[in-house]
Amino acid sequence: MSEHLLNDPTLIFLGLLIPLLPLVGFLINGLLSKFLPRGSAGWIGSGVVLASFICVVFIFKSVGPTDMIHIDLFNWIAVSGIDISFGIHIDPLTIIMMLVVTGVGFLIHLYSIGYMHDDEGFNRFFTYLNLFIFFMLLLVMGSNYLVMFIGWEGVGLCSYLLIGFWFKNEAYNDAAQKAFVMNRIGDLGFLLGMFFILFNFGTLEFNIVQKLASGLTPDSTILITITLLLFVGAIGKSAQLPLYTWLPDAMAGPTPVSALIHAATMVTAGVYMIVRSNVLFAMAPATMTIILFIGVTTSVFAAFIGLKQNDIKKILAYSTVSQLGLMFAALGLGAFSSGIFHLVTHAFFKALLFLGAGSVIHALHGEQDVRNMGGLRKLIPITFITMLIASLAIAGFPLLSGFFSKDEILAHAYEANKPVWIILSFSSFLTAFYMFRLIYLTFYNTFRGTEETKSHVHESPWTMTVPLIILCALSIFGGLLGLPEVFSEHHWLDSYLSGVTGGSVPFLHHGEHLSHGMELGLMSLAGFGAILVILYARNRYIKLHQLPPDETALKGFEKLIYHKFYVDELYEKFISQPVFRLSEFTGNWIDKFIIDRVVNGSGWLVDFSGRTLRLLQSGNTGFYVFAMVIGMVVLFIIRLLI
Amino acid sequence: MITLLLLFFPLAAAAFVFLADHKLAAKLALGFAVIELAISGYAVSKFLKEGSEAFFVFKPWISYPKISFHLAVDGLSLLMILLTNFLVPIIILSAFNRVIKNAKSYFALILTMQFALLGVFMAMDGLLYYIFWELALIPIYFIALQWGGENRVAITLKFFIYTLAGSLLMLFGFIMLYWYNPAHSFDIRELYNSVVSEKNQSWLFWMFFLAFAIKIPIVPFHTWQADTYRESPTQGTMLLSGIMLKMGTYSLIRWLLPVLPLGVAQWGPLAIALCVIGIVYASIIAIKQKNLKNLLAYSSLAHVGLISAGIFALNIEGLQGSVVQMIAHGINVVGLFFCADIIFNRTGSQDVYGLGGIRNKAPMFTTVFMVILLGSIALPLTNGFIGEFLLLYGVYEYNTWLSAFAALTIILGAVYMLRMFKKVMLGPTSLRAEGFTDLQWNEMLALGLIVVLVIVMGVYPKPILQLAEPALQLILNKSIN
Repeated sequence: MSEHLLNDPTLIFLGLLIPLLPLVGFLINGLLSKFLPRGSAGWIGSGVVLASFICVVFIFKSVGPTDMIHIDLFNWIAVSGIDISFGIHIDPLTIIMMLVVTGVGFLIHLYSIGYMHDDEGFNRFFTYLNLFIFFMLLLVMGSNYLVMFIGWEGVGLCSYLLIGFWFKNEAYNDAAQKAFVMNRIGDLGFLLGMFFILFNFGTLEFNIVQKLASGLTPDSTILITITLLLFVGAIGKSAQLPLYTWLPDAMAGPTPVSALIHAATMVTAGVYMIVRSNVLFAMAPATMTIILFIGVTTSVFAAFIGLKQNDIKKILAYSTVSQLGLMFAALGLGAFSSGIFHLVTHAFFKALLFLGAGSVIHALHGEQDVRNMGGLRKLIPITFITMLIASLAIAGFPLLSGFFSKDEILAHAYEANKPVWIILSFSSFLTAFYMFRLIYLTFYNTFRGTEETKSHVHESPWTMTVPLIILCALSIFGGLLGLPEVFSEHHWLDSYLSGVTGGSVPFLHHGEHLSHGMELGLMSLAGFGAILVILYARNRYIKLHQLPPDETALKGFEKLIYHKFYVDELYEKFISQPVFRLSEFTGNWIDKFIIDRVVNGSGWLVDFSGRTLRLLQSGNTGFYVFAMVIGMVVLFIIRLLI
Repeated sequence: MITLLLLFFPLAAAAFVFLADHKLAAKLALGFAVIELAISGYAVSKFLKEGSEAFFVFKPWISYPKISFHLAVDGLSLLMILLTNFLVPIIILSAFNRVIKNAKSYFALILTMQFALLGVFMAMDGLLYYIFWELALIPIYFIALQWGGENRVAITLKFFIYTLAGSLLMLFGFIMLYWYNPAHSFDIRELYNSVVSEKNQSWLFWMFFLAFAIKIPIVPFHTWQADTYRESPTQGTMLLSGIMLKMGTYSLIRWLLPVLPLGVAQWGPLAIALCVIGIVYASIIAIKQKNLKNLLAYSSLAHVGLISAGIFALNIEGLQGSVVQMIAHGINVVGLFFCADIIFNRTGSQDVYGLGGIRNKAPMFTTVFMVILLGSIALPLTNGFIGEFLLLYGVYEYNTWLSAFAALTIILGAVYMLRMFKKVMLGPTSLRAEGFTDLQWNEMLALGLIVVLVIVMGVYPKPILQLAEPALQLILNKSIN
């Protein structure tokens, strides 16, 4: 890793502007919103993110694969033993993440101007959204784990604020709180992981830690401990088993929030963090196996649940959990750049799917149940076309972005571990099925809602459709970032990130590289499989007009996945309720009836000394105080004068 | 002279306020408290220029037993003084626009309290320190007794006796120390340098530890706390939780670790275990508290448990964390109790389950409450995070598992605080929240200052760390030899 440090003041200035612009937007919208004309918050909020995006593009153009920019702002926490700076670090990985955060972020801001138009909390919405972008940028730009942790918890806060955006609704507030608490469980792991790093390496700077770590023996306990703890943090933030249940609930937030935070950016922070620490992880194969296991399990588990959901946003939410699982599977296989590749394409098509779903919900005045939709294809054509393409992309339709990024992960799985390959392929067929179940139920056949609703259905304003169209283009062509070697000379993203991921290469096990023929074979297999599944869904929902049955009619496995494997109920019964009962028991019994009783009657000793003291002071307490103070003061003065 | 001015100005102010008119009392008290804050600002600049020598005051007072009027200020004391002098004006400000009977006595007592607290943080002679320590109890006793809630008499008495019992043990401890050290003196320099036998340190540890543990309080010596916090008038609760309990944690650092290093070496592990158990114990109880002030009291109990644990970890990170967190906790807890007071003042209720929807009526109040709450649950870039990070890391260096257990506070803290916030502030407007008016100027000013400090300290804690470092390093060297 021979990295080249750029010291150009222009680049440093731009680098600082990137997070500062959204912060300024947050401050203006937050503090001055009363003095601004209504609606201006949306343009200010979008404008600063766009400006930020432009800065990122400039930096992208000047920073090559081996370059980096490092800015130490100030010493943040400096105690004799430790010295943690507030540092910014920009390298290709940061740039990719920043492009996604500010680029997709801007489109979603723009979309929100239309989507949130009539909401009384319009200004507040953009205030939170700008704050989110600021923290998300800090997360990816921090030069050490602690600055990353600021962003990490900061985006958690924004997620909390935005899930509970409509705070009069108790259920939404519960969802917001659940998200925050579950994230905090992960954060505990992250925090302890940082302690181990700080204690063993004496620093939290990514680059130094990675360098020092590569001098250790691979597979040592300390590396496994550190990586496992960091991974716990990733599980919480990126909604993996067993800490995923907050993400579907997080759909309580306004739909642009689901697109931005709960699909494109925040939930991928765990993936980013692991790639950022790729040397540590590559040196801990035991952890990698666990990541692979959790990723694969989550991927298929969530895909199953997605099959039977009827809320359009819930389907997409489980799909996100499942796709994140796929990314973690890639990381577990050591295919770090493939994980990032899928992160990027997923950001495009999943953001688009959510925004499209938002457009549908917007058109139907809040209806989210696919059973009450249908036939919308002609009524909202732009939404339909863009969503259709996004679904094709996520399903792995040949030559669209998701096809390449998913295929890359599957190829790695095929090389390394055949059972994993089979399960992941199966999970992506499930994905293709539930996505087209969604498309067919929403857009095809006839409308199943009321006539009145139908008469009001309208396509969304341009602020909403333009982002859809741009994201649609990205979902189609995003695959160009990482065309496999069969199609081009080199894999652009892989070589762009080589400076970041290069350090872990010596520690990874490399299987036999697939021949081009084999790779093409696998690709066609996946492509044809996806098409077959889509046709099967078409047959079921268009030809046979099947509708999701009533929940009472469900039996066996169908019932189980409709009820999401009853995981929420299990957590409620075996974790939440016991904690509440413990709280009541401790407060009412141990504290009041044991400890306090012991105190009150700690024999006659306390009582006795109390009574004695009371007698001492019972005469005229006020006088005693007076005398005591005066006496002391007089004595002091005398002493000082003499 | 600056030291004496700093110490005695609040006392003089108290006398002045006591002689003034009831109507003017609050304003006068605030004016004096602000002047005192300005004096401490001047003290800081003097300290930075001239160091602690400029603050040294030493006058022999009683020749036998040898007691001297010895005051000194190092970085640690200075920070505690700053905390006190910042919070007192806020506390006085919080009483504006509230009906307070016999106002001049009330504010005079608050200023007297300030005097005693400052004395505790400056006194470097054991007995002088003890006098201030006890003196601080008297004004707060009267504040709680005269201006408190319904059950104030019994509860205040329990509080008074409980803490006094602890203090007596400490007095006894000081007398023993006096005899054990060859110079026969209460002076801190002699106490730091004398070597008391391990056997004697062993039981002397408990004399001091109990006194401090009751004051802080450390579980299981805490049962006076929630009741007293709930029944005291708001300003009393703020004085108790914001500053007075820091007397205890400050004293652990100043008067326990370096004076009885062998005792600490022997019993420290037990003490730190108690502290850490206390963190989780208090956090769990806080979850289901029905009374808002009780909930805050248990939350405070969890926080000070972590502060004490960091102190007994006996490393610089733990000590630095404890100092930062003493300040952060002082600021935040005063803010939180003020918020509770605002809610009680408007709705007449402290019932977590009977409120709701305040946010719909008072967006500004909601925002400041939220920020202070975030400080309290240690979100990065708030003051609480710096303290908690250093404390947990200090405990980690002491023992990994203990730290992991203590760190449960970051989960449990989020649970009880956000649950409370949800029930009290969010949701549909409850009957009691109808007619809830947003912040008045004095409330906005006080809470605004707190909010600014919550964030500034979280972003740039360096001045505090730098100020405390040399003093703590010195104390640490004495404590681990």
